[in-house]
Amino acid sequence: MEFQTHSSPHTSRPNRVDRVMLQVIMALIPGTAAMIFYFGWGVLLNVILAVGAAVGFEALVMKLRGRPVLPPLFDLSAALTALLFAIAVPPLLPWWMVVLGMAFAIIMVKQMYGGLGYNPFNPAMAAYVLLLISYPIEMTSWLPPMLLAEHSLGLGEVLSIKFVGTLPQGLTMDAITMATPLDEMRTQLDLNQMISEIRTSPLWGDFGGQGWEWVGNWFLMGGIWMVYKRTITWQIPLSFLGGLVGMATLFWLFDPESFPFPLFHVFSGGAILGAFFIATDPVTASTTRVGQLIYGAAIGILVYIIRTWGGYPDAVAFAVLLMNMAAPTIDYYTRPRVYGHGGVKGG
Amino acid sequence: MADTGYRTIVTDGLWHNNQALVALLGLCPLLAVTNTAINGLGLGLATTAVLVSSNTTVSLIRNLVRPEVRLPVFVMVIASFVTAIELGMNAYFHELHKILGIFIPLIVTNCAIIGRAEAFASKNNLQRSIVDGLSIGIGFTLVLVTLGGMRELVGQGTLFDQAHLMFGEAAKGMTLKIEDFPGMLIAILPPGAFIGLGLLIMVKNLIDKRVAARTAMKIETSEGAAGVTS
Repeated sequence: MEFQTHSSPHTSRPNRVDRVMLQVIMALIPGTAAMIFYFGWGVLLNVILAVGAAVGFEALVMKLRGRPVLPPLFDLSAALTALLFAIAVPPLLPWWMVVLGMAFAIIMVKQMYGGLGYNPFNPAMAAYVLLLISYPIEMTSWLPPMLLAEHSLGLGEVLSIKFVGTLPQGLTMDAITMATPLDEMRTQLDLNQMISEIRTSPLWGDFGGQGWEWVGNWFLMGGIWMVYKRTITWQIPLSFLGGLVGMATLFWLFDPESFPFPLFHVFSGGAILGAFFIATDPVTASTTRVGQLIYGAAIGILVYIIRTWGGYPDAVAFAVLLMNMAAPTIDYYTRPRVYGHGGVKGG
Repeated sequence: MADTGYRTIVTDGLWHNNQALVALLGLCPLLAVTNTAINGLGLGLATTAVLVSSNTTVSLIRNLVRPEVRLPVFVMVIASFVTAIELGMNAYFHELHKILGIFIPLIVTNCAIIGRAEAFASKNNLQRSIVDGLSIGIGFTLVLVTLGGMRELVGQGTLFDQAHLMFGEAAKGMTLKIEDFPGMLIAILPPGAFIGLGLLIMVKNLIDKRVAARTAMKIETSEGAAGVTS
């Protein structure tokens, strides 16, 4: 048996931007497919619309800036932003809101700061927050998951709702849409219901809402695959979920009837998607190892605080944007010691 | 400084040294009240009135005030005018005064005003100080109205809403409205003010750049032509 030994350098694979982006997109596929399965055509249409709009705006800005148009289109960063945005917004969102969100994300949040690698804020989340603040009703009208829906919408019906705004005969917007499980939990808790009472409704699954928790599961698998492939580091997802679960456990032990159990928080809303796919964005997150732990934990804690006491039902977007702002400061104070400088006395 | 012509004073106030777009002074009222064009206009005119009066007074007393106490004196002068204008607005534009609220008394703290008193009026004669106050004030007002108009248009699809607060009942027809426009709430909310001001500054810098490039080209070509003929 002959062992081959290679001399250095041992570079083994090209770690280019498009490769990383492609891995993230691939990791998102199972969760996105699950969303299409549970929430219907609207999700798929959102993805197509958002990706088309994002790539279009990216090309437009590149042309205006007098830069080569094609390379940024093939690095897939705009497509990834669009995909993250598309699965975060409700399936029945009117088409022009999707396009508006992408215009804001690509033109204002990404390109005006200098393009890929220079944007201080996560473009997908900034666009989500813009729409949530501007159009709170449309942005919180979710479809019920397939198993609970009394009337499942066909492709034609979804198209007509999204593009023309006409609802199927005899149905109102209230009849076909439903609050998200997080929203529902908040509303019922505000009515002084006990959690054991709230959870008797068929809306709930084992941890989060029916359907929702399965979407979360698939995103979790994609996320773990990314950690395994070293596309992302484990620090941010772990500390994000750790911060969230830590806060939730504390309050749940204190009063289990008015604070939901920790796994409810993990499997509801955008927690898993946020932990593995959004908070780990290499451009806007903290870059040092210790910094990433602080950054992730702070997002997790903020998510719990905003979900429990804030004005909006879900909080991942707000928490991520807030910590994006803090990331440079965290990096500044957690710079690793350069070998041979500083350190112990007399060093 | 004393040799700059009136034309320079005016263009500086309106454009090159615009207090809102270049010096970035007085941002607190600028960002807070510009959710409609009329609110912007109201605050802008009040600020202009204070600027002109304070510049006038400071210029007149500039040789009487000892340098050691000049800042307190200037602040007193400005505060007196602001109080007078606030009472006047309360009497004649009561509704508008209610909307602008705390931001009228806060004109005292607008750095643009003490800035002009200190940097210009205390060193220049009466006429020049009045012209400076007027042009600075109008430049500030134009930005307020533009930003207010932008935010109003994007945020609720109207322009010059509530114009009657300013110009009386006859002006009710001035309000323009885009029918069936849902409006983007964020433009009315505080983030919209920051984004809007950023966009205005961007446009201003873009225009400056274009103009500079054009003049540079003109100088080049005229030099080239001169070179050929000589």
